[in-house]
Amino acid sequence: MTMKRDQALRVLSQHYPDGIVVPVYQSAFDWMGIRPHALNYLCTGAMGQGSSHALGLALACPTESVVVLDGDGSLLMNLGSLVTIGNQSPRNLWHFVCQNGMYEVNGEFPVPGKNTVDFTSMAVAAGYKEAHTFSDLNDFSCALPSILATPGPLFVALQVEAGAPFPRNYQEIHSAQSRAAFKAALAARRRR
Amino acid sequence: MTDPLSGEQILAGLAQAEIEFVVALPDIVTCDELLWPIERSQSFRLVNVCKEDEGVSICAGMSYAEKRALLLMQHTGFLDSINAIRVMGMDYQLPVVMMIGLQGIEKNCAPTDSKQNGVRIVEPILDAMSIPYHVLIRGRDAVGIPEAINEAYTASHPLVFLIPGFGDDA
Repeated sequence: MTMKRDQALRVLSQHYPDGIVVPVYQSAFDWMGIRPHALNYLCTGAMGQGSSHALGLALACPTESVVVLDGDGSLLMNLGSLVTIGNQSPRNLWHFVCQNGMYEVNGEFPVPGKNTVDFTSMAVAAGYKEAHTFSDLNDFSCALPSILATPGPLFVALQVEAGAPFPRNYQEIHSAQSRAAFKAALAARRRR
Repeated sequence: MTDPLSGEQILAGLAQAEIEFVVALPDIVTCDELLWPIERSQSFRLVNVCKEDEGVSICAGMSYAEKRALLLMQHTGFLDSINAIRVMGMDYQLPVVMMIGLQGIEKNCAPTDSKQNGVRIVEPILDAMSIPYHVLIRGRDAVGIPEAINEAYTASHPLVFLIPGFGDDA
């Protein structure tokens, strides 16, 4: 059983309407449509680096919550970041991975270990406080408030498939305007 | 050598530049003079990373929150992180500040004259990426560290310091 990614992200947006989010690749495109917000950190640049950008934000802004919406192909490129995050143990970081088993925006080719990789075990072994896997939308919806109320670093693998299509707006992701908007929004948030 | 470079001079410059976080992987050139003292220091928060491109992204993320950071690594880590540096430094012009030990460079040798391929290509790559850099050889070279870092954060651009060695090893 899997969830539609957009449905899972809509649930997340309901419970996390206003905080910092670092989304990558197709999750970013979906998220931009589902929760457009100046505190979406779209500018991760190189593939695999979302979790590291999120760690930088979490360490620099310890009073702000930071959610990273990673992909399985992306995380496989930066598995060491699990250990780095576990070692730093930021209480304000929640690491979600949309696990669809493929490089969706790169030809839908399967990721290595598609049927065997166990991210939650890796996360726990790397030092995350908790790790969960969800493949049912109702289960995820019920558990999410507790997950977001638990100090991090927490890890959540979402077993998903593509849902409603969202435009792949690379121009916005790489735009100077979106970076400036994020920086201004973060400064305003931290002045509150 | 008169006026040899020391880790203390560099650390003083980093503190004066208000560097708060040092993101690092150990490098034999800088470990004793910089990394161990940083690990013991109350002035910096050390973030050990598993791979250098993580550090590029961590420093980039911190820059959005106006937190100053230094990425300390070996030249091999720099070479391994080119794509992340290309995006954050060249494309986005973020103030990612890097300090790079030139492991294997010969004594009294300019980096571009090194017989070590990895060392010799560092400066040409930085030139190709239009990333400003300073080679720290003598103690007086460390004097300019705060100003260079302040300028990188003020103007928002990447910056590199290259370190061939310390004291009589340089």
